[in-house]
Amino acid sequence: MALGRIGQQGIVFAIFAALFAVFAITLHGFATPENMLTLLQNVAVLGILGLAMAIVVIGRGIDISLIAALAVPPGLVLQMVQDGYSFGVSLLAALALTLVFGLVNGWLIAYAEVPSLFATLATGLFMAGLGQSVLFKLDVVQWSPALGGFERLGQGVILGVPMPIVVFAIACGCVAFLLRRTRVGAYIYAIGDNPYGARVTGIPTRPIIVLQYVLAALIGCLAGLVLAASVNSMPTRIFNSTLIYDVILVVVLGGIGLSGGRGGVLNVVIGTLLIGTMLNGMTIMDVSYSGQNLVKGMVLLVAVIADSFLNPRNEETAQQGDI
Amino acid sequence: MKRAFWSLLKSAACALGLIAVASVPALAQKGLEEPFQAPFKAALEGKTVAFVPVAMNFDLTEGWFAELKKDLEPYGVKVVVRDPNWSTDAGAQAVTTLISEKPAVMVIHNPDVQTYAKLLQRAENDGIYVIQINMGSNYRSSGFVGANWIEIGERDTEAVVKSCEGKSNKIAIVQGALSAAASAYTLKGVENVLAKHPEIKVVSSQAADWDAAKAKAVTQTVLKQNPDLCGIVGFWDGMDIGTAAAVKEAGLTGKVFVATSGGGERKGACDLVKSGGFDLDLSYDVPTQGEQMAGMIKWLISSGVKPGSVKGSDYTTLIPITAANASNDTTCWNLGDLKK
Repeated sequence: MALGRIGQQGIVFAIFAALFAVFAITLHGFATPENMLTLLQNVAVLGILGLAMAIVVIGRGIDISLIAALAVPPGLVLQMVQDGYSFGVSLLAALALTLVFGLVNGWLIAYAEVPSLFATLATGLFMAGLGQSVLFKLDVVQWSPALGGFERLGQGVILGVPMPIVVFAIACGCVAFLLRRTRVGAYIYAIGDNPYGARVTGIPTRPIIVLQYVLAALIGCLAGLVLAASVNSMPTRIFNSTLIYDVILVVVLGGIGLSGGRGGVLNVVIGTLLIGTMLNGMTIMDVSYSGQNLVKGMVLLVAVIADSFLNPRNEETAQQGDI
Repeated sequence: MKRAFWSLLKSAACALGLIAVASVPALAQKGLEEPFQAPFKAALEGKTVAFVPVAMNFDLTEGWFAELKKDLEPYGVKVVVRDPNWSTDAGAQAVTTLISEKPAVMVIHNPDVQTYAKLLQRAENDGIYVIQINMGSNYRSSGFVGANWIEIGERDTEAVVKSCEGKSNKIAIVQGALSAAASAYTLKGVENVLAKHPEIKVVSSQAADWDAAKAKAVTQTVLKQNPDLCGIVGFWDGMDIGTAAAVKEAGLTGKVFVATSGGGERKGACDLVKSGGFDLDLSYDVPTQGEQMAGMIKWLISSGVKPGSVKGSDYTTLIPITAANASNDTTCWNLGDLKK
């Protein structure tokens, strides 16, 4: 393979491997099985969100409202249980809310033809506002004793593997199957590659786009449930954090181009592993918060610069909608 | 004073007249007029108190607001809130607008020590009393009510150091957000105690941005590296719920001493101490802080002193919540009850 053919995925994997090797040699206690599990567990929620974002980005969209889907429906579960509803009813209500949310996103983008960036920016704000002003009493929705057992989703262990990692692995399997083995998956790639061409060939583009956003919202809600179970509360203020940038970072760093039609689950996994390795190594070294940001920014820059050197853009490869 | 005297005289004359006119059987028992309450009531009636928190919707600010309303509204004081929802710009704008609206008092919860300082000085020059709550600014205004963060850092660290006696002496620190003064002050308190205990080794001191998930991730990694850790100093119980979850998952509850601080809300504080998540939660009891502020407001308005001419502080006496008192009904508070 010529040097010029190494894609972003390869570059990021190389950076990940190099970083991992350096940490394993220099940091005592990094390359232990226990620490590997901690590393994965700490980025599992981010990885699950990355999968949701990947489905949308491959179809040449973007979902900025993902953190609202992560925060509000799971927060609703905790709030309703606190108010005396049964866990089952609360979960159903949350799923219904997520479904409606995904449908509205999809309808706005596929049928009303609002650009996905603006549509999801608005719906995300609306959803977060709805949660803050109507559904929740406080920003942090606290755990109730009636939720006993549910915390295993975030804190349990199966065969020595923490539950968040198991959920991430299952989600990876499902999304990979959807994208690679089903007709819907093929359609998503086709729409991402060339939406107008896809429509001309008879692919039902609009319903497929709606489906993408519904799936993204549902996966986002799943990530939120894992998060809530993991920290015994739902800090809904997470919507105001920079988490959405981290999610986009995972997806783009992993090599899923924002222009759509490329990449897959493996890219998300690689992006997640790189972020996880950096965070874990720097925590062990007790690097200060600003120092961590500096290193994160530098690694991202190296990846982007290397990509633009090895895969220079020209009129042929640049697509409309490329950011 | 003059007006008070006249009203006193008037009411005395009135009473005399009444006695003269009515053919009362005898000068039986007669009430005594308290000369200061009427002017007090007149001073408070119709005044406005404006509250600018960093954001509503969390236990501290909701609690302060509810308590202020409960204490002041019966006196005809209007309590209003301007919610900047975590935006420093929106907060500065709210304060600026309020200065032109001229409420009697502004209660300010600063996002940092700098941003509002000049505005607060202007407000007091314009005749508005400024009370700062929990997070002060560089400008010292008529009143400050709040926790002493240095003391919180010192007491939490002392407790952790004590629990480490005869153990590994390794501790971890989970800070809040780097930009927050409360976090930096608390860290100073921690440093004060650590300077006296050179045997203590800090294996990790990370900022978790007041975020429970980040606090959990950091603590998990630290515990894997140092399973013999003997204590953790956390900077806020709302974040350290993640710290406690990491300790519990590692099976180290009871072995790793977790000390933190917060507003003392029942679910966020007492329940977590009861369940063993926290070993010590220093509470700056929010309803008490609300009462402290209300007391200051009543005093300032009724005194009629020029805003900014007197300056004082009322640091909140901390309630250490431990397993010993977490089950008492009075140790913690609950927002639902406070709003009733």
